[in-house]
Amino acid sequence: MAIGARRLVVGAHYGLRDWLIQRATAVVLAIYVIGLAVAVVLARPIEYDSWGAIFAPLSMKVATLIAIAALAWHAWVGMRDIWMDYVRPTALRMLLELATVLWLAACLVWAVQILWTV
Amino acid sequence: MPARRVIRNLSLPDLIRYRLPVPGVLSILHRVSGALLFALLPAILWLFDLSLRSQASYTRLQQFTGSWLVKVALAALAWSLLHHLAAGIRYLLLDLDLGVERAAARRSAWIVFAVSLPLAACAALAIFGVF
Repeated sequence: MAIGARRLVVGAHYGLRDWLIQRATAVVLAIYVIGLAVAVVLARPIEYDSWGAIFAPLSMKVATLIAIAALAWHAWVGMRDIWMDYVRPTALRMLLELATVLWLAACLVWAVQILWTV
Repeated sequence: MPARRVIRNLSLPDLIRYRLPVPGVLSILHRVSGALLFALLPAILWLFDLSLRSQASYTRLQQFTGSWLVKVALAALAWSLLHHLAAGIRYLLLDLDLGVERAAARRSAWIVFAVSLPLAACAALAIFGVF
């Protein structure tokens, strides 16, 4: 779809950057998830206090927030791929892409609020 | 094993007969699990919020996750995460040109399932309180 005479607004013309970002954020997420699993095993038995203690240090808050930001970016690239593959009408696809971005941005802000109440 | 039928331009009835190779099954499940994790992200955050806000909300979380329907959803989430993680690590290795030949790629796809399915089964048993 072009906006104006020849300004092409769809297509994967910035695909390599997205490809690389998806891999980089994947590495961040894999390290975080495995690290969190180890922290949970070490903190057993898991109750309210021991669970909360995992997220109490500032370092863990920062790590978790970075992981959630990486998740949002990673999910954006993946969901955009899904919309591009299955949703042909351009206007509908761009609407879904916009909804995806808003959805993920809202989740990111919510995550900040959750983390800093601990 | 009978020879695979050559199918081009899949129609819907073809889709049912089409025998997807293991890496193909892994691939579509990678997409399905990713989409599921994306769709349930607000639910995960809501549970995360309940788990951290107070002792009372933590108790409420335990009550909420007591229903077996929620347990089924949590088990599905656990499988999604484990499959997406294991298959994702395989894709990262493929991107580094490791194991790209057909035989190696099929073997690594089987390894992903051999790791993710037992782990998901363990997670499901833990969620249902078997251990």
